[in-house]
Amino acid sequence: MRLSEMQGAFLGWLASGEDAAMRRLPLAKGAEHGLGVYQNNYRAALMACLADSFPQTLLWLGEGPFEAAAARHIERVPPDSWTLDDYASGFPASLAEDYPYDPEVAELARIELVLSQVFVAADAVPLDAGAMGAIDWDSARLQTVPALSILSLHSNAEEIWIALADETPPPEVGWGKEARPVLIWRQGFMCRLRSLDADEAGMLGYLSGDAIPFTDLCRDAAARWGEHSGIARIGQYLARWVADGLVR
Amino acid sequence: MSFSGPQFGLGLRKPHYQDFLETRVPVDFVEVISENFMVPGGRPRDILRRVRQDYPVAIHGVSMSVGSADGLRVDYLLRLRELIAEIEPFIVSDHLCWTRHGAHNSHDLLPLPYTREALDVVCANVGKAQDVLGREMLIENPSSYIAFADDEMSEWDFLAELTRRTGCGLLLDVNNIHVSATNHGFSSADYLAGIPFASVGQIHLAGHTQGQHCLIDTHDRPVPDPVWALLRDALARAPRAAVMIERDDAIPPLPELLAELAIARDIASQVVVPCA
Repeated sequence: MRLSEMQGAFLGWLASGEDAAMRRLPLAKGAEHGLGVYQNNYRAALMACLADSFPQTLLWLGEGPFEAAAARHIERVPPDSWTLDDYASGFPASLAEDYPYDPEVAELARIELVLSQVFVAADAVPLDAGAMGAIDWDSARLQTVPALSILSLHSNAEEIWIALADETPPPEVGWGKEARPVLIWRQGFMCRLRSLDADEAGMLGYLSGDAIPFTDLCRDAAARWGEHSGIARIGQYLARWVADGLVR
Repeated sequence: MSFSGPQFGLGLRKPHYQDFLETRVPVDFVEVISENFMVPGGRPRDILRRVRQDYPVAIHGVSMSVGSADGLRVDYLLRLRELIAEIEPFIVSDHLCWTRHGAHNSHDLLPLPYTREALDVVCANVGKAQDVLGREMLIENPSSYIAFADDEMSEWDFLAELTRRTGCGLLLDVNNIHVSATNHGFSSADYLAGIPFASVGQIHLAGHTQGQHCLIDTHDRPVPDPVWALLRDALARAPRAAVMIERDDAIPPLPELLAELAIARDIASQVVVPCA
């Protein structure tokens, strides 16, 4: 058997665990027992990855249901990245399929996934409050730091996540037709999370691509909320963004 | 090829980060798992940068997959190259194994058949990796639980030919030798006799577990006596190789690992190097 064929067959057996797939492998005599070690390693590594990546989702669901959902995900979705960390990325979608009537489950998992991504996102030096006075605002350009993401949630999953992380009783599940934006970012090395209104989310979203001239931001705000209110609102947002380390 | 770098080290693991950041730990170097730090930024990368200020660093990969028949992933190599450029490790290593085929990654160190075809594949992949990284790599002998019916050579002959054809060095894991020798019924002495020790730049020590049917390379307990004995034999042939202890599970307080490392230093001090 060619090496390529053997490797495809081996991975097919790892994912399926089927005896028929095992019998295709060109093994030396008595290798069946040793194969079990690889089968166990494969599933244990993926299960551990999901449990480590979604600790509050595990708490919320309970160990048994979480492991059942993780096992179904492992059956459906083979890992495709060189880093095990990436295996977490498809789990929220699997949970959304598994728990269609409990949307907070998948949203809790989305929060944890984004927290883990923000944790290792690229470093950047945010705008320093002390340096604001020296900035030429007519030519200044702003953009958000890389370690920032805005989620749209229909449930109060962020309140549940905070309570679970703080080891306090979680609130009742809440659910709304309208999606609410929730901001997740890293300040220094600390990951943070807060809700924000749709207007602030829109302005931050505007800054999340290439750097935008500050004058364009003001012009956009004036068009939305009027000259005076728009500029005042941008001033309030900017003060908070700088305090939170959101922009550079 | 000759090696004369820092000689006694430990794997840098999360429970000991603060020890390494806040005190001067009596090791000559630390080894880190490359993939844990191949991230854009954040705390992991910052910790490695700070540790690097005080300790030489070896980086040890688990995902290059030098045995993949469909070649290496260029995005992986470029990320690794970027980490190497910043950290300037004195050793870059990975395993003689395969982890991936096509888009499916096993995240385990899977065994290769020791065939001429597999040797060609591994030599091509190691050669490419060394070209992209711009430096020599060390390749580690694996522990394994199965053998293939179509093996054409021993593991040590495979490794010897790999070093000859690619110029790579070897990371000799003496625990893996003991585990595989026990599981497959070959002699550890024959293994060591077949290794080109001039290519051995590093030696790994670890513990293992007796499974139901075979020894399992678990890295979750102290280094056992048969592995210490193999270290003694290996150091007699490669007295300047860097020696480190891998502990990845049931990680004890740092003083326990330092006490184990003291045993390695003691063995090294007593080793009699045969005359050439």
